[in-house]
Amino acid sequence: MSNLHDLYQEILLEHNNKPRNFRKLEDANRQADGYNPLCGDQITLYLKVEDDVIADVAFQGVGCAISRASASMLTQSVKGETLAKAEEIFDGFHALITDPDADVDYDLLGDLEMLSGVSAFPTRIKCAVLAWHTLNAAIEGTEDSVTTE
Amino acid sequence: MTTSANPFDVARIREDFPILKELVHGKPLVYLDNAATTQKPQAVIDALVNYYMTENSNVHRGVHTLSQIATDAYEGGREKVRQFINAEHDKEIIFVRGTTEGINLVAQTYGRANIGPGDEIIITAMEHHSNIVPWQILCEEKGAHLKVIPINDDGELLLDEYESLLSPRTRFVSVVHQSNALGTINPVEKIVELAHARDIPVLLDGAQAVAHVPIDVQKLGCDFYAFSGHKLYGPTGVGALYGRSELLDAMPPYQGGGEMIRSVTFEKTLYNVIPAKFEAGTQNIAGSVGLGAAIDYVNSVGIDRIAAYEKELLAYGTERLSEIEAVRLIGTAREKGSILSFVMDMAHPHDVGTILDAEGIAVRTGHHCAQPLMDRYGVPATARASLAFYNTKEEIDTLVRGIDRVIEVFSR
Repeated sequence: MSNLHDLYQEILLEHNNKPRNFRKLEDANRQADGYNPLCGDQITLYLKVEDDVIADVAFQGVGCAISRASASMLTQSVKGETLAKAEEIFDGFHALITDPDADVDYDLLGDLEMLSGVSAFPTRIKCAVLAWHTLNAAIEGTEDSVTTE
Repeated sequence: MTTSANPFDVARIREDFPILKELVHGKPLVYLDNAATTQKPQAVIDALVNYYMTENSNVHRGVHTLSQIATDAYEGGREKVRQFINAEHDKEIIFVRGTTEGINLVAQTYGRANIGPGDEIIITAMEHHSNIVPWQILCEEKGAHLKVIPINDDGELLLDEYESLLSPRTRFVSVVHQSNALGTINPVEKIVELAHARDIPVLLDGAQAVAHVPIDVQKLGCDFYAFSGHKLYGPTGVGALYGRSELLDAMPPYQGGGEMIRSVTFEKTLYNVIPAKFEAGTQNIAGSVGLGAAIDYVNSVGIDRIAAYEKELLAYGTERLSEIEAVRLIGTAREKGSILSFVMDMAHPHDVGTILDAEGIAVRTGHHCAQPLMDRYGVPATARASLAFYNTKEEIDTLVRGIDRVIEVFSR
């Protein structure tokens, strides 16, 4: 069915197979853990923040194709951006995957648009946002690991 | 089992389950999530409707006619449960919300009264969280220790290890009869025998087993047996805890309230006898009626015939899934119920589940509330197809085609 192809787009599968920035960031100055108790997806997100700019970002963890590709794309989209811009991207991304009728700024989102197919699969939205909630936690310096529940 | 004399007519059985006619994403529902909950036959749905339309009233102590009818219906359900698991007495059947509450009841009553600092409780590596956490709570409160019987790679208990875990400090053994995540049917008679040789009581978690194998608690020799109605084609929110009457009589109550008392003054309350002692508050009366109807239905088909047919389905499913190179089965015990848990290197179970759902196939994906077991196999989760006697070989073929679709999507 076409929805399925919208969900598992080739670029998503490619990120799943070869996730970008998939490593521990040795000189990270912020990090957070995210956990999706529903399916066991787990992620650690590392940030190196300098003067309110995300100088470097990386992640590790296990999860489904959606969560892994989303995390991989996240690292590409927020690297080099200010913290404020990263929040803006998150808000745009959240609207993209939760509301098919949302007025989305596609220039802001870039490749993240490839995850729009998730909006047709309500049970998988949590997979797509896990890395982003974890990013928020890392930015805010939250101690507890975040969960999608 | 199809014999010429008495064929197992699965097409006719499917007619009894209205939900099996539903379409999902425009495709016929292929319901392979029976270990999570089973579907309900029309007879159970009718029993619930009929109860609420013609018999509804609160039970016990009522002098009016409806109350008597409702009491008979409620207690009738208890008698059906007693017969179904061959308990000696009606009073040994306690109605609970489900298996989880049954285990918690034992941990919080028998456990709190009999287990102390330094004592040990034995469970297995394949327990559902509901047969781990209640004991952990007790251990934490009492300073007791949880001991775990390990398993081999096929998902079979290592009985030698069990024997060596049995120590002078062991006070309780709580073991799953059939694993929800692996399908393994454990040698529970042997487990009970070894514990009883040391005067240690045993609880069996029958959540999965009860719908698939004949249960005779007297033959098993167990002290407690807990199961849920909704996994036995009955309604949710009702289940039963069997306990040997000597133990139940001696146990303190679980919850306080109406029905569980003999007399109450502000100075002193006398508790009721079993089973009422453990049934505080208005119980799930319709649940008992529905569970009774489910048991009648299962008896009309015959649990032995169900078990034989499911064995045939499992053999077919195991053969078909084993032919797929990308699939690895988790749980390959020799004694096994109709559960096919599997992983695929190319796709996470959650992705497998989404693609199968698009084909109308319902499987469960995740850790199946058995995270320590997932750790044992080094997987975060599995996809699990769990079969019931209304499933068909054609549905297994549909599952295989669905898995081919996963391979197709993830090989791009």
